[in-house]
Amino acid sequence: MNGVHDMGGMTCYGRVIRDENEPRFHAHWERRVFGMTMLAIGQIATLDAFRHAIERMDPTHYLSSTYYEHWLAALEMLAVEKGLLSPEELASGALRSKGGATEPPLPPEAVRQVVAQGAPCDRNTGRLTPRFAPGDRVKAKNLHPVGHTRLPRYARGKVGVIDRVHGTFIYPDTNAHGGGEQPQPLYCVRFDAMELWGPHAPRKDSLRVDLWEDYLEPA
Amino acid sequence: MSAEHGRHNAPPDPRLEKQHAPEQTQILEERVQKLEALLVAKGLVATETLEELASTYENDIGPMNGARVVARAWTDPAYKQRLLTNATAAIGELGISGLQGEHMVVVENTPSVHNVVLCTLCSCYPWPVLGLPPTWYKMAPYRSRAVIDPRGVLHEFGVDLPESVEVRVWDSSAEIRYMVLPERPQGTAHMSEQELAKLVTRDTMIGVARVEVKG
Repeated sequence: MNGVHDMGGMTCYGRVIRDENEPRFHAHWERRVFGMTMLAIGQIATLDAFRHAIERMDPTHYLSSTYYEHWLAALEMLAVEKGLLSPEELASGALRSKGGATEPPLPPEAVRQVVAQGAPCDRNTGRLTPRFAPGDRVKAKNLHPVGHTRLPRYARGKVGVIDRVHGTFIYPDTNAHGGGEQPQPLYCVRFDAMELWGPHAPRKDSLRVDLWEDYLEPA
Repeated sequence: MSAEHGRHNAPPDPRLEKQHAPEQTQILEERVQKLEALLVAKGLVATETLEELASTYENDIGPMNGARVVARAWTDPAYKQRLLTNATAAIGELGISGLQGEHMVVVENTPSVHNVVLCTLCSCYPWPVLGLPPTWYKMAPYRSRAVIDPRGVLHEFGVDLPESVEVRVWDSSAEIRYMVLPERPQGTAHMSEQELAKLVTRDTMIGVARVEVKG
């Protein structure tokens, strides 16, 4: 989706504004949104569908709200789309429907283990043999899917070099849309700054971005 | 915590003024309260677990973890080698692992190469070593410009690099999480690993600052 979230290379947003004494959460609600999203989202949707829900926010709202409001919007959107909650329930806060979790909620004593364990996204199934090897010249395809993708617009149509092969990873373009994990090779691809940004970019500078095999073709 | 709390600590970004106005904070507090009540009633979330999770990320997971990794790499060449070849395992040796750090890569700053990490598409960030990201990392100015004008962004952070230094930008577009191993500053030969760790800030591990010796 060519959305406002795909902002790499835009120069209209001004200087980076920093707060040296920033608290972890700016308000009570941010803290609650962080916690409830982390606990609930896995039972509602995939991480890729969650990212895509953020991408589907109204673009003016996306730009004028903070990170945890993005999370909140995506969590509400997916809870309604998956039939877990109705818009009326969200508005009132009163439960009217049945159905919900199939298992008991995670107990507090399990938090540390779940956090430390993580949720790896590499797989030993799917497309296991990489088509490209380090040093190969590749071109990022000129694709404009209407759904979720992790191929940034600034890289499309550009020629780079395989820097390393990360392994076989869940493919976000299908996993965000109920199409399954369909794991395939993931590469770190190096692009010269001049290839991406033109002849005025510093000659020695470069950018690396992680791209799935289906985003790439031989160059 | 009150609406006042939200406003007081708001990031000084004019685009977000409305967002952090007390009346907007109040609206969000109420909206979130309702959603939480529903998710608890549906059995997806337990309130005590939510509390435990948030406090874990407030107190126990932050840049002090990454600083330990950096200090170990500076003082133990064999560890540094393992860190640069298999970062996830090497970081795991120090008991650091988990969500948003399942697939780590560490890249080394040297006198001739300077690395900068970002995520243009969302805000991917190596949580186990750096904690939750600062607001500026998640907002449009950094995400949009650090790819096309990394030297200009670094200048705003007070880092000016000569043309002879190669700037390498790492856009975290997949589930690989990147951390910078900053250069060890001069004049630290006498310092212990623990003393060195205290010099290492979050920004040096994102690649937007240099490690400095205070005093």
